[in-house]
Amino acid sequence: MIAVYVPRDSSAVSLGADAVARAIAAEAARRGASIRLVRNGSRGMFWLEPLVEVTTPEGRIAYGPVVPEDAASLFENDFLHGGEHQLRLGLTEEIPYFRNQERLTFARVGLVDPVSLEDYVAHGGYRGLKNAQAMAPAAIVQAVTDSGLRGRGGAGFPTGIKWKTVLGTKADQKYIVCNADEGDSGTFSDRMLMEGDPFVLIEGMTIAGLAVGATKGYIYCRSEYPYAEATLIQAIEAARAAGYMENFDLEVRRGAGAYICGEETSLLESLEGKRGQIRFKPPLPAIQGLFGKPTVINNVISLASVPIILDQGAGHYKDFGMGRSRGTLPFQLAGNIKHGGLVEKAFGLTLRQLLYDYGGGSATGRPIRAVQVGGPLGAYLPESQFDTPLDYEAFAGINAMLGHGGIVAFDDTVDMAKMARYAMEFCAIESCGKCTPCRIGSTRGVEVIDKVIANRDRAANTVLLRDLCDTMVNGSLCALGGLTPYPVLSALNHFPEDFHAV
Amino acid sequence: MLNRTYSAGIEASIARHQGAAGALLPLLHDIQDSLGHVPPDALPVIAKALNLSRAEVHGVVTFYHHFRSAPPGRHVLRICRAEACQAMGADGLVAHAKKSLGVDFHGTTQDGAFTLEAVYCLGNCACSPALMVDDDLHGRVDAKRFDAIVASCK
Repeated sequence: MIAVYVPRDSSAVSLGADAVARAIAAEAARRGASIRLVRNGSRGMFWLEPLVEVTTPEGRIAYGPVVPEDAASLFENDFLHGGEHQLRLGLTEEIPYFRNQERLTFARVGLVDPVSLEDYVAHGGYRGLKNAQAMAPAAIVQAVTDSGLRGRGGAGFPTGIKWKTVLGTKADQKYIVCNADEGDSGTFSDRMLMEGDPFVLIEGMTIAGLAVGATKGYIYCRSEYPYAEATLIQAIEAARAAGYMENFDLEVRRGAGAYICGEETSLLESLEGKRGQIRFKPPLPAIQGLFGKPTVINNVISLASVPIILDQGAGHYKDFGMGRSRGTLPFQLAGNIKHGGLVEKAFGLTLRQLLYDYGGGSATGRPIRAVQVGGPLGAYLPESQFDTPLDYEAFAGINAMLGHGGIVAFDDTVDMAKMARYAMEFCAIESCGKCTPCRIGSTRGVEVIDKVIANRDRAANTVLLRDLCDTMVNGSLCALGGLTPYPVLSALNHFPEDFHAV
Repeated sequence: MLNRTYSAGIEASIARHQGAAGALLPLLHDIQDSLGHVPPDALPVIAKALNLSRAEVHGVVTFYHHFRSAPPGRHVLRICRAEACQAMGADGLVAHAKKSLGVDFHGTTQDGAFTLEAVYCLGNCACSPALMVDDDLHGRVDAKRFDAIVASCK
């Protein structure tokens, strides 16, 4: 039976993939064609979604973007055997955007049926766990350390070091917590992975449990991701039924729309059933984390990168990347960009390559004027910085951050004073309230920027704004208050003309 | 005393979650999933069941943007206001939505059909602007598409 793939990824669904799937099923039934309709994850080329694929002896042939009305003509042109059609894109894996990627963590996303454990195992799944089971806990931790994997949530802390601390802390109960509170604008790799290959996350967490001696795990998934939550629950049930959860069990917990809960200590508070307020560190979560117990808390992509490290070896993973940024990062091209989507590449290519070679420039066809990298707390970069290599240290060197790899492009119609104001406004809305510079400073920040925009005492108010930013950077416990000044100051420094400077 | 129309449902939700560690958020979600909101008169009952103070429960309900204390309209429209969507004209979409529905954020239309909310990222940033209608995600939403989606809900 010929397999036809129509993604169930929520971005694809947001562009009509469900209706396309229904239309193809109906057309197949009408013609008496026997097909196996698979709802896969997305290949991450969103300008081509809904992207329909058909298995042929040559490989999977793609058609897209497909609308329900195309179903009849697709069958008419024998797409089931890779027939010619105006939407035919050729072999999916030969599309340059896809072919030139280095898909390690996302190897199976878009390829497999996300909720089929059989499919997962057939594509190399659970090989990492099998290897880990033959290793001593310290050896697993060492492999993760040797791979050079750093926290993909944004902070870039070495994952192996975190694990080592938890392994070395004695306790009657330890936890593995997955931070799936992907709140940064411009990022969707966690969502794509959870919807497209949930088993790899489950396997990664199981390996983490084995490595540090934890028997219970939680995935804290944001409430804005209902599709991801449902997919995870279905996958966990399948893994449990197949006996993969005997020594380590997992539970999905839903967030409740608080950006701050992406910060690890707030997330732990939230999991405990409290307001998501930041905790002081120390104690580190690795020593006193969830319910006061030693806890590994890692981002989705960090944990999902563990199986391939244990499967292919630390050296294989480490061979990708540059400097102290080893392995790959799934970059996400978003906002005003022609070819938006997910590009998993080794660290080291430049922002310009990503924006133009992959992204194809802006969606509107106008020049790209500013790019925000790393979410709402990341700096805005002007064109003169587009040649910066995508590497944690290189970005830190220009007062910017790579964060979770989200890249939001803006064309030349953007008003950077408005974006700076928005950064402060967002901080005011989402502040947990613990630190005064963040809680009150953000509101004062909006007011001061309003004065600058109105050109009232511009010089004095600009000094005041810089002073306020300095207080926020140095007087906040976490990244929300501490990094909100980055988008504000980078807008002010790189785009002074938008702030009435002559 | 709990309102009788929903007291049994709330008691059942409490029974489902009471024993779990960190039960408050899952319990509040359970209640809101079935009633559409967390009724204020449920807070003392929840507090008692979980051995918390009313202030703690109130604090949690009001901390998180997701929880609401009054019933929403029949459909909840959440428009993403975050940067990626702004880069593709979300501000214009927000203005259009407010004008065509005649409500501001957090407001419900007079006929009770729609509640309009702002949301900060739906993870659909390569298909901006994004809109979520109840649990259904929509991408590349312009004013025309917004009107069509709203019309299809009626």
